Amino acid sequence: MTHIAPRAVTSGGRRRPGGGGPRAGTVIAFLTPFFLPFVLFYLVPVGYALWQSFRVVRRTGGQYGTSYTTFGGFDQYTQVFQNSEFWNSIGRIGLFGIVQVPVMLFVALVMALLLDTPLLKLKAFFRITAFMPYAVPGVIAAIMWSYLYSPQLSPVVDLFQRIGLHPDFLGPGAVLWSAANVSTWLWTGYNMLIMYSALQSIPQELYEAAKIDGATNWTIAWRIKVPIIAPSIVLTTVFSIIGTLQLYAEPAVLRQISSNISSTFTPNMLAYAVASGNNYQQAAAISVVIAVITFVLSFGFMRLTSKKAGL
Amino acid sequence: MALMFLLAVYFLLPVYFLVVAATKPQGELATTNGLAFSHFNLFENLRILFTRSDGVFGRWAVNTVIYAVLGAAVGTLISALCGYALAKFRFRGREFLFSVVLGGVLVPTTALALPLFLLFSATGIVNTYLAVFLPSIVSPFGVYLARIFANAAVPQELIESARLDGAGEFRTFFSVSSRLMTPALVTIFLFQFVAIWNNFFLPMVMLQKESLFPITLGLYEWNGQTARAPLLQESVITGSLVSIVPVIIVFILLQRFWRTGLAAGSLK
Repeated sequence: MTHIAPRAVTSGGRRRPGGGGPRAGTVIAFLTPFFLPFVLFYLVPVGYALWQSFRVVRRTGGQYGTSYTTFGGFDQYTQVFQNSEFWNSIGRIGLFGIVQVPVMLFVALVMALLLDTPLLKLKAFFRITAFMPYAVPGVIAAIMWSYLYSPQLSPVVDLFQRIGLHPDFLGPGAVLWSAANVSTWLWTGYNMLIMYSALQSIPQELYEAAKIDGATNWTIAWRIKVPIIAPSIVLTTVFSIIGTLQLYAEPAVLRQISSNISSTFTPNMLAYAVASGNNYQQAAAISVVIAVITFVLSFGFMRLTSKKAGL
Repeated sequence: MALMFLLAVYFLLPVYFLVVAATKPQGELATTNGLAFSHFNLFENLRILFTRSDGVFGRWAVNTVIYAVLGAAVGTLISALCGYALAKFRFRGREFLFSVVLGGVLVPTTALALPLFLLFSATGIVNTYLAVFLPSIVSPFGVYLARIFANAAVPQELIESARLDGAGEFRTFFSVSSRLMTPALVTIFLFQFVAIWNNFFLPMVMLQKESLFPITLGLYEWNGQTARAPLLQESVITGSLVSIVPVIIVFILLQRFWRTGLAAGSLK
């Protein structure tokens, strides 16, 4: 009988006016194409990683016994936290993030504010050149920059040598900042445009009122514009924190030409290296720890800033 | 103004270097100034690029289209259906489902890649097109954008009147609502295209067979071999140029779409 019911319900004036909506079956038909893969490829892997991270491989009777996996409590996590490679990789990207994120966002903010002033010419040109790197994948950006870093090919190294400097972009102290430069190149324009679109939605009357009160362009920018677009700045900061913790492609490419990047340079590289060594439970625990740190930091930053600024 | 020009030079420098280097014969890469053109050898470089290893680069280009273009197209369709339903249909659990999707935005895709690999190797999907394609079609951010855009662009009265005319919900969606949402759909497509095009970790974890690689993974492998085979350098450079220039052009042509997308993304 179900083949009669749909038309009777959806096609007529029988439904309550304003309330209700389509039948449950229709709603499910709209939602399933997204939620089925979402559950299979997002929620199930998250659950699976959690489950794996609580398991350990044990052997029966000595080195040559058969191995089996069993519940191991927090053993995997204890191992992660006792692993000095893990803390080194966290320390490295911590340093990376503390320097790269503020520098990038400050440059993005200055660019957005300059683009927002009527004085600047060639706006479309500046907007497009800054955003263009967004279309370039991290791997390819890193390949492009690695040619600019390499002592044999780089015109940049050439220029420095002509004025008597001999920079080593791939040296042990510099390589982290060379990777940071690739990230900055990739994402400054994207962040700039998020801030710029927020600036554009501020009503002009606000500036006129401030001008009558004697405010300079400088005070308008820092006292009015920046506080108003604070939510966008928070948003770009959160995106950048997430991005930093996920760092993989750029250092992996630079590793191909520099011996100063280890296979465990970033937490994600460590997780991949451990998984390649067939220790999947340990790799799962590392992935879970990275995800939790990401979540805590980005969520914590949002809470902190919203309390302070009353956003 | 001077500062903006300096920054513009910074953003253009690597791409300019790539254009110059792609036109040079391999032998002149190291011997001539990297920022000045010398012998124009671009067409020979392209021929070498596309014939190297039985034309595997062309294969990678096709794979990239399958993963990024087709994946983003399917992903946009399912995100649009879901976001539209979450915006326009009233049903129990709607807010709950939406917060689950929002939670999904926060899950880093690199953290998913390893557990997905384990699940897929258990089911034998690993090292096939599906291993990269299927996870790529899911975009919680796309659903989030679709819901915002559907709320803004599709008036409830229009849906009601289509219902009164006897149109089914799918008919209403495809012939009325989706037309109103077209600029939004292009935006969602662009964002998802870039997300797949940028996701390097997933294909690297999933694929061993060279013939299944997207361009990014292929060039990464070639780049790793240049120490032993320096002649590959010119192909890595030419291949990088070939892969990014069309995308940059599309982005410049479609700028009004990504600008609305960024504005919507920052509304929160």
